[in-house]
Amino acid sequence: MSMVVEEVTRLREQGPLRWVVSSQPFWVTVALLIICLVMKHVSNVFFTDDNFFNVTRNFSFIGIIALGMTAVIITRGIDLSVGSIVGLAGIVAGLALNAGYSWWVGILAGCGTGLLCGLVNGVLIAYLNLSSFIVTLGMFAVARSLAQVFSENHMIYQFGPDEKLFIDIGGGMVSGIANTFIVLVVLMVVFMFAFRFTTWGRWVYAIGGNEQAARLTGVPVNRIKVSVYMLSGLMSGISAVLLVGWQGAAINAMGTGYELRAIASAVIGGADLMGGAGGGYGAFIGAALIEVIRNSLLLAGVDANWEGTFVGLFIVFAVLLSKFRGMRSG
Amino acid sequence: MRLFELHNISKNFGAIQALNGVDLKIDAGEVLGLMGDNGAGKSTLIKIMAGNFPPSSGEIRLKGDKVEFHNPVDARRKGVEVVYQDLALCDNLTAAENVFLGREAKMRIGPFRFIDYAAMFREAARHFAELNSETRPRDLVRQMSGGQRQAVAIARTRLSNPDIVLMDEPTAAISVRQVAQVLDLIRKLRDQGIAVILISHRMPDVFAVCDHISVMRRGKVVADKPIAQTSPEEVTGLITGAIESA
Repeated sequence: MSMVVEEVTRLREQGPLRWVVSSQPFWVTVALLIICLVMKHVSNVFFTDDNFFNVTRNFSFIGIIALGMTAVIITRGIDLSVGSIVGLAGIVAGLALNAGYSWWVGILAGCGTGLLCGLVNGVLIAYLNLSSFIVTLGMFAVARSLAQVFSENHMIYQFGPDEKLFIDIGGGMVSGIANTFIVLVVLMVVFMFAFRFTTWGRWVYAIGGNEQAARLTGVPVNRIKVSVYMLSGLMSGISAVLLVGWQGAAINAMGTGYELRAIASAVIGGADLMGGAGGGYGAFIGAALIEVIRNSLLLAGVDANWEGTFVGLFIVFAVLLSKFRGMRSG
Repeated sequence: MRLFELHNISKNFGAIQALNGVDLKIDAGEVLGLMGDNGAGKSTLIKIMAGNFPPSSGEIRLKGDKVEFHNPVDARRKGVEVVYQDLALCDNLTAAENVFLGREAKMRIGPFRFIDYAAMFREAARHFAELNSETRPRDLVRQMSGGQRQAVAIARTRLSNPDIVLMDEPTAAISVRQVAQVLDLIRKLRDQGIAVILISHRMPDVFAVCDHISVMRRGKVVADKPIAQTSPEEVTGLITGAIESA
């Protein structure tokens, strides 16, 4: 019998290759490569180091947020407050630096603000059983308003003794690669690993697949839910700290509209709003695709106002793609 | 000493008396059929046995000791596993991940603990083989037939090596061939010395696998006898109330 068990253990419906080919991030990657190939002929600027630096840096801010958003979406939630949290965390970090604290206090202040907002979201959603849409919509308004209150509607651009270091962290590079991009890649790897190889990760997927089942089998559903919103807040905080460094100033309007771009990135990358599906690489490649489309339109001389149309089409196309895939396999 | 005993269990929700002095007992390696019409109190009784809520009065005895279940996880830890009617599976996870959900196999690397997929696939495959099921541990539950899904839910109960397995309508929504598979699974559990309580509406299934039968009507047990001493006709009469008690 042990022979049989051995064999069955190894059996699988599809080989690794088929699994890759049937995954949404794979096709988004293909689409991205095609766009890059086309752009090679359209623009001689596209494949320059400068453009690579710009593109990767630009989508990193969204990509980092999209990682947290993906975790939330996998549990069948949504976080509409990330853009406002970016604004608030940026202001708090800016105020801390402005008050003369050192760089790491600024980073902790920004990340802590994000965590705190996420904690409030998570507790309301998990323990009071409120809809994530409504709770985070509330936080969307509250966080933005607090950013305006704390900043007294002024721009903060004097960052005290560690100003140069702080600006280097967000705006600098290591051997030609933007720091923000390095942060994104490191976080992506951490997320991919955590999703797959920790109980936390498996429980996030289980909750999205069947919350009731997860509860009955002893998964601490409420705590996991709080954790994903805190993570989403933390990612927004990290993104905010990097943004403030890159822009050299903190304004309370920072991050406006980021929630939609982060959700779009996650969904294009295969996150299912019905829960249970999505991944770290998907969030990364989804954010990359949106930025490359934007950059390509710009370089191809297309009116920048078309950006939304193209991104919107890609979102709908991505969802259609996943629906057809679902039909085939189901 | 019986393996598992319910003694004089009552449950009321406000003014509604859902259970009224219910007695139930089962031994190791026995299959007990629990029958009754909708509203007879079966679901309430299952939920008490599974730890979803406590009885208003009465006691539960496990191997002679009085026990209280604070929640489903607590009941499971004390030896009562439940296969829920909807099976409580996650469609987006593999068979092995479902079997191990909430108690994943882990390996230690330095101070960290990571999921040990190799161990989970191996163990799950062993459980499926024991149940004579063709279920493959790496397959997603989404792609499985009703019988295979049952096997996953039942394999999950094997993990804790329970004394008692409660099965709530396991044959309600599956094909004839799959019903036969599920009944085989129940016999396997019985042969391993597990006490199985089968809640079912389907008379043929109950008479095919059960040793003993308890019929409930309006919150009371109206009959409790070996399967050999009763007949489908009598049980039907008891369920509907045409026969008062037996």
